[in-house]
Amino acid sequence: MATREVISTGNELAAIAAVDAGCRFFGGYPLTPSSEIMHEISDLLPKVGGVAIQMEDEIGGICCVIGAAMAGDRALTATSGPGMSLKAENLGLAQMAEVPLVCINVMRGGPSTGLPTRVSQGDILQSKNPSHGDYKSITLCAGSLAECYTETVRAFNLADRFMQPVIVLLDETIGHMHGKANIPTAEDVVAGIVPRKTFDGPAEEYFPYDCGPTEPATLNPMFTGYRYHFTGLHHDKNGFPTEEIETCRKLIQRLEDKVAMHEDEVESYEEFMMDDAEIMIVAYGSVSLAAKESIRHLRKEGIKAGLFRPITIWPSPAKKIKEYTDKIEKVLVVELNIGQFHSEVQRAAARLDIDGLFKVNGRALSPHEIVSKVKEL
Amino acid sequence: MAFNYDKYLRLEKMPTLWCWGCGDGVILKAFVRAIDKMGIDQNDVCVVSGIGCSGRFSSYIDFNTVHTTHGRTVAYATGIKLSRPDKLVVCVGGDGDALAIGGNHTIHACRRNIDMTFIVINNFIYGLTNSQTSPTTPKGMWTVSQKAGNIDPTFDACKLAIAAGASFVGREAMLDPKKLEKIFIKAMQHKGFSFVDTLSNCHINLGRKNKMVSAMENLEWIDSITMPKKKYDALTPEEQLNLLPTGILKEDTEADEYCEMYAEIQKVQQGLRKPISQDDFAKKI
Repeated sequence: MATREVISTGNELAAIAAVDAGCRFFGGYPLTPSSEIMHEISDLLPKVGGVAIQMEDEIGGICCVIGAAMAGDRALTATSGPGMSLKAENLGLAQMAEVPLVCINVMRGGPSTGLPTRVSQGDILQSKNPSHGDYKSITLCAGSLAECYTETVRAFNLADRFMQPVIVLLDETIGHMHGKANIPTAEDVVAGIVPRKTFDGPAEEYFPYDCGPTEPATLNPMFTGYRYHFTGLHHDKNGFPTEEIETCRKLIQRLEDKVAMHEDEVESYEEFMMDDAEIMIVAYGSVSLAAKESIRHLRKEGIKAGLFRPITIWPSPAKKIKEYTDKIEKVLVVELNIGQFHSEVQRAAARLDIDGLFKVNGRALSPHEIVSKVKEL
Repeated sequence: MAFNYDKYLRLEKMPTLWCWGCGDGVILKAFVRAIDKMGIDQNDVCVVSGIGCSGRFSSYIDFNTVHTTHGRTVAYATGIKLSRPDKLVVCVGGDGDALAIGGNHTIHACRRNIDMTFIVINNFIYGLTNSQTSPTTPKGMWTVSQKAGNIDPTFDACKLAIAAGASFVGREAMLDPKKLEKIFIKAMQHKGFSFVDTLSNCHINLGRKNKMVSAMENLEWIDSITMPKKKYDALTPEEQLNLLPTGILKEDTEADEYCEMYAEIQKVQQGLRKPISQDDFAKKI
């Protein structure tokens, strides 16, 4: 794949990626530290005939994005923690009605207003179940400038494949990081777009939610002659509200299984110096950059550490984690929260002796801190 | 020949979940007749509704339909309209949707003057969920959440819409289906945000403890609190106190429409015109 070298920030690269991936609608509300995504895309979208609108609040931001996606657009919203909390209910509607969209969350300190301009990874668990009810989230986490671009592109293709919202997590450090990145050319990204599946048979034979037990809905764009109904209620194959017992059960089970049974299509992770590792560090997002630096340092001292970096956070690469934790005794999860992914590693490993290095004061973890912790293990 | 509604109804969804004597069906039929008279293809219409009895409106009619979350109707519709500005987008909400939980979206959709119609079915109560106070429940009435009497001041939905900048604002009661049909046509033909406060009855959940246990008693009450704008305007402020004017209350055909303005933004970004400045507007603040 051809690449191009750019100098930019994580937030701006995410905005550029969205437009390259065919996004034609943005709706949102200014929310530090994500606002630069809106600043950038509000210039880019009208250039290509798209629309970017600053709504009256975060809820309006996600709602108009769902509306545009129902109409047939690839659509994006971007926010940070407090905005994610506000968007939660309507992300639930997008899960229930199977409306594809991408929601970028540039993580800052929480809970509540927290540390608006400081870094955190405190929204890992929120991104698993932002809304009430049962469904299976897809959450990707960028660990470099280039990945702010590539993971946003991947998010749009996954949203259309699985017909649901896909969350992309950046953190304040990655979002505001400014530097050089090698990213795919726009032509390659366009060539790689897999649009959502549509039905082109006669309208009377179209049932948007009539699909196999592990398949997503087939939602034709609005105004194309296939009139149907969207609802956040439990619904039948036509999209109409129902309380029929078996229909309700099958619907919710399918929302889980359409992702759970195809995890291989979603799974993504990086292994760094893991071949001979005797100590496994698990880190993601900006922390993984510090972890890599610490590993280079530890290796110089003869300590064989390696990094396992989940890129797809949910569903987590649990099988791969277990493969490693079955053979590596010393495992350290490093993150900017109090063990949100640590608990997932313990679950995947079926071990309670997984170590953790956590930081929640809004400051980045330094390679030195990780080196010191590894030496204590 | 009697009007045949079948083409526009999802007959397999009948009967509706609305109670016997409910005014929502009258409003739905007036809406359908309005669409028919306008001669718009069903495929080119999107109806977006919220939560409550009015929320089910969209599921009974054969258009592109969306049943959203509580209060978010116009926010969803804003995305649909901006995505497909050439289509007719109609919102249907209740008094709770439009004025309580979704009040912020209502205000800002009015302010933007985006080209869509918001039919607010105002029955003065949260009917579906058993009689809780709504922003339009008259003071002193009994509600299940204020059994000692409602002390919350009442919203005048039309005054709100006018103040917020909607370019078309009207009010009719379901008592007169012909007038309703006419105002719906006017509202949908209007370029800009059109807001119609559509008064309906809920004798079941508003009337039961407020001495209006039958549909007729509830309708008589609505009749007693409404008056055509012309007659209303001739009254003194004291006489106007407990009355709601009906008819077209505001119609501004000059106001900038949001989708058209956004097309100018696209032109700026595509290098087809110079950036928008204050000089482009007569009204600058």
